[in-house]
Amino acid sequence: MDLVATVLPALNDAFALILQPGVLMYLALGVVMGLAIGVFPGLGGIAGLSLVLPFMFGMDTVSGLALMVGMVAVVPTSDTFASVLMGIPGSSASQATVLDGFPLAKRGEAARALAAAFTSSLFGGLVGALFLTFFILIARPIVLAFGLPEMLMITILGLSMVAILAGRIPLKGLAAAGLGLVVGTIGEADAGGSLRMASYDLPYLADGFKLVIVGLGIFAVPEIIALLRQDRSISKTAELGAGWAAGVRDWWRNKWLSVRCSLIGVMVGVIPGLGGSVVDWIAYGHSVQTTKDKSNFGKGEVRGIVGPESSNNAKEGGGLVPTLIFGIPGSGSMAVFMGAVALLGAGDLEVGPQMLSADYLDVTYSIVWLLALANVVGTILCIGLSGHIAKLTTIRFTLLAPFLFMLISFAAFQSGQNLADLAALFGFGLIGIFLRRFEWSRPAFLIGFVLSNPAETFANQAYQVAGSKFQQGFDVGMAYLFGPITLVLIVVTVVSVVLGIRQARLIMSEGDVQTGTKRAPMVFLFVISAYFIISFFDASLIDDRLITDKIFPMLISGIAILCCGVLLISMMRNPETHVIFADRESSGDDADAAHGLWPTLAWFGFLLVLCSLVGFILALSVFLLIFMRLRAGLSWAHAAVYTAGGIAFMCAMAWVLNRDFPPGLLQSMVDLPWPFR
Amino acid sequence: MSLFKVSIRRMTLGLAAAAMTLAHAQTAAAVNLEGKTVTWTIPFSEKGGSAKWANFFAPLLSEALPGKPTVVVKFMPGAGSTKGANWFQRQRKGDGTVMFGSSGSTQFPYLLGDPRVRYEYKDWNPVMATGTGGVAYLPPDLAKKFDGSANNLKDVNFIYGSQGATRLDLVPLLAWKMLGLNVKPVFGIKGRGDGRLMFERGEANIDYQTTSGYLKGVASLVKAGKAVPMMTWGSLIDGKIVRDPTFPEVPTFKEVCEKTDGCETSGKAWDAWKAFFTAGFPVQKIAFLPQGTPQEVIDTFTKAFDKVKARPDFAQLSSKRLGKYPMFVGKDAKAALDQATSVPETAKAFVVQWLNDEYGVKLKK
Repeated sequence: MDLVATVLPALNDAFALILQPGVLMYLALGVVMGLAIGVFPGLGGIAGLSLVLPFMFGMDTVSGLALMVGMVAVVPTSDTFASVLMGIPGSSASQATVLDGFPLAKRGEAARALAAAFTSSLFGGLVGALFLTFFILIARPIVLAFGLPEMLMITILGLSMVAILAGRIPLKGLAAAGLGLVVGTIGEADAGGSLRMASYDLPYLADGFKLVIVGLGIFAVPEIIALLRQDRSISKTAELGAGWAAGVRDWWRNKWLSVRCSLIGVMVGVIPGLGGSVVDWIAYGHSVQTTKDKSNFGKGEVRGIVGPESSNNAKEGGGLVPTLIFGIPGSGSMAVFMGAVALLGAGDLEVGPQMLSADYLDVTYSIVWLLALANVVGTILCIGLSGHIAKLTTIRFTLLAPFLFMLISFAAFQSGQNLADLAALFGFGLIGIFLRRFEWSRPAFLIGFVLSNPAETFANQAYQVAGSKFQQGFDVGMAYLFGPITLVLIVVTVVSVVLGIRQARLIMSEGDVQTGTKRAPMVFLFVISAYFIISFFDASLIDDRLITDKIFPMLISGIAILCCGVLLISMMRNPETHVIFADRESSGDDADAAHGLWPTLAWFGFLLVLCSLVGFILALSVFLLIFMRLRAGLSWAHAAVYTAGGIAFMCAMAWVLNRDFPPGLLQSMVDLPWPFR
Repeated sequence: MSLFKVSIRRMTLGLAAAAMTLAHAQTAAAVNLEGKTVTWTIPFSEKGGSAKWANFFAPLLSEALPGKPTVVVKFMPGAGSTKGANWFQRQRKGDGTVMFGSSGSTQFPYLLGDPRVRYEYKDWNPVMATGTGGVAYLPPDLAKKFDGSANNLKDVNFIYGSQGATRLDLVPLLAWKMLGLNVKPVFGIKGRGDGRLMFERGEANIDYQTTSGYLKGVASLVKAGKAVPMMTWGSLIDGKIVRDPTFPEVPTFKEVCEKTDGCETSGKAWDAWKAFFTAGFPVQKIAFLPQGTPQEVIDTFTKAFDKVKARPDFAQLSSKRLGKYPMFVGKDAKAALDQATSVPETAKAFVVQWLNDEYGVKLKK
């Protein structure tokens, strides 16, 4: 066969290139660096790649590739630590892992959850590489078949996962997703540059909110605060149950799910412009739909880990296709990777269609299989570490929390290098706390936020291009809009919505929540409705000639206002005991917690306010010391040791990665030496 | 003007090299960056052309500066690059550890009076500038109708994937408008690479790329018969538009305009196009030191960039990565900056009006 005749010799050459001690050493180095960086939420591959970029100039091509690929490949593996252990979505690739990974950690099965996740990642990476080896040769026409209508449909398929994650009241889930979508439109519109819910006097808003901050605010802050209030360890039993071997067995039992999700991962990853943001949700949705007993999802169902984790490493492989053969980066780290490739060797390697020519096919295959190899090395390291790192979940959480505040503040600041990042983190933290409290689906909100921009852009662009196609003829326009791929995607979406709505009641992505009085949930509903109404009017003020900038926020706000209206009627007609009045503060863990919500949140607020006054490092020193003494009740000496450790770690990390700390008012007046400046 | 000076510099390179090493040794005593880190801030994300540009120069600059400091490229994207530029406006650290790189997309909002602009180019100290070119291209079936003039293309409905009318895309959009082409821009794409992909998918049927983008992505399409170059924006020599040295066989927009009915190479529209072309392409990217930088630090960087330029392998390295375009250093960079930022008021007014009429873009609030 022709395909095999091209593939085999090139593969052979590729392995000859890879399997050299020097290359493998660089690969291992990259993997270790990638793991160290990936554990940090919000930093990810870009930070790591920027770190090695200066060394790439003139470096031997394959060694340089090994170093970079090693790093990129393991970031979606190692950010699982944060997702599972702390409930912090380390990157957009591991959002769905939080849903079931964190509940498992709370049950004391962190090691099992981690091992299942890593094994799935490894497998996903390998399936991805194998698939790519053949697919990459025929990928070009297939990728070109994905036009704007097809991409819009995939985005909608991603959004349809809201149906599954909506919770017990589908309308609440829909409204939460609507809120995410509308918040995603804040800032300058892509099409005409109109401002939505923003002003040029607040340039921070004009840029829109970054996923890192929204993800950390919506998922991490509420969890950290909730745990901190209870003053216990993450694992309820304070000890570790099932070990890593159980996790590997879990994966083996679900190997076919893993295969399917890996393939989903590669295929969605291949489409440029979508990247990783939808993959894990689609995989999660698929896992739910193919599971008979759905009652455990959101409470620690291992299939909810195997699915997304299989897909997110496979996606990295898929992402190589647009990067390598079209020269269009699928993600930020792929963009840096592309830039760095040009620095390697004699500088004659340029990503683009020539990567598939006979001259470069061996290099292309080297990249694909370095990726697979890096997955193997990374997974083995991670599984080896998981037992030890999982012990974090048995530590008294009060000792852990201030460091988590430190990490998420630092991560949030890296996204925009602006003090407003910290304010935004706090703001989204508050929204997250209330969404969690009243059982409004946080995953639905996040899906809405992530897909807001693609949904709006693809819809506008597809509409405009279709308009021109219809001018050429009705059949041309219809053929453009409803190609075979689009039709298949429409069917899949409809099926997934119908199934999803039927199953949503069973899946409590927020766990079991008791009901309380009517007042608090209703006040929250009013606040949300008010935001939708303001957003609707704000968008309606945009000039009619820039209809592309106003139609999306108006449409979504309008639908959401209707949802809220129906919810309101339903609230008025139902008694207090109805699930619609879910309120965590009425009874259960939160209500019985040792500390109140506001005093606990005030600690975090205290850190941020202090930071805006005296800068990050000084604020952190004061905060850690006082927190450890007053809240954790340690002696001053102990508190000082913890503080010094935290500061030293932070400084080392920032120094190595060449990152800045948030400066405060003090820094704007006095020029202080690093790390205080 | 500046180009002329460059060639003189080239001719006297042998002589200058000796003088330079001498002068270099002297300043090295005064300004030594050993053990320091030079942070080169780029107001865009890691993805764009500016990132590539800075990453290309950073290691070369590091080698050429006295004391071989580490040169780190830092990214500060936001608000169409005005965020980073506003930040740089506030920098006063003139010890050579702070550098900034601006691009055409930073120049345009400045020229158009964008409300977000709080920076002033005249305050900054340019040390190096480079240019680029741009090539417009068509699908083969439409290229058949193109005979050096755009006369037969006027009844075609063109679709163009655009990043936004106030960006560098202003230059092609205005050019096509002047040719009388009916081009409908689909706004909101994330980079010129995405525009090319739309063209390849047949969703767009006209596109342009900067030189490096064209060499990387379109040249292979042309070879495969899937795209045909239409025109370049040209290259600027002594204020006159001539054929682009990287694409000597492709006519310039000026030539096409002259042959096309109703398109004039004089008057308001032409002056405006030329002014914005000049601001966006021949001097596209500029490296700056902050205001208040002492002259000896500026001289040190100027010499370092001269040294980079004098590398025997520089021409080969840069032609592959940046195209065959001049690199301006020191005084020439200053001249280049003046050229890029001095757009006549009438041209500005014309463009602001046209953006408003055609796309509903309001720049002044």
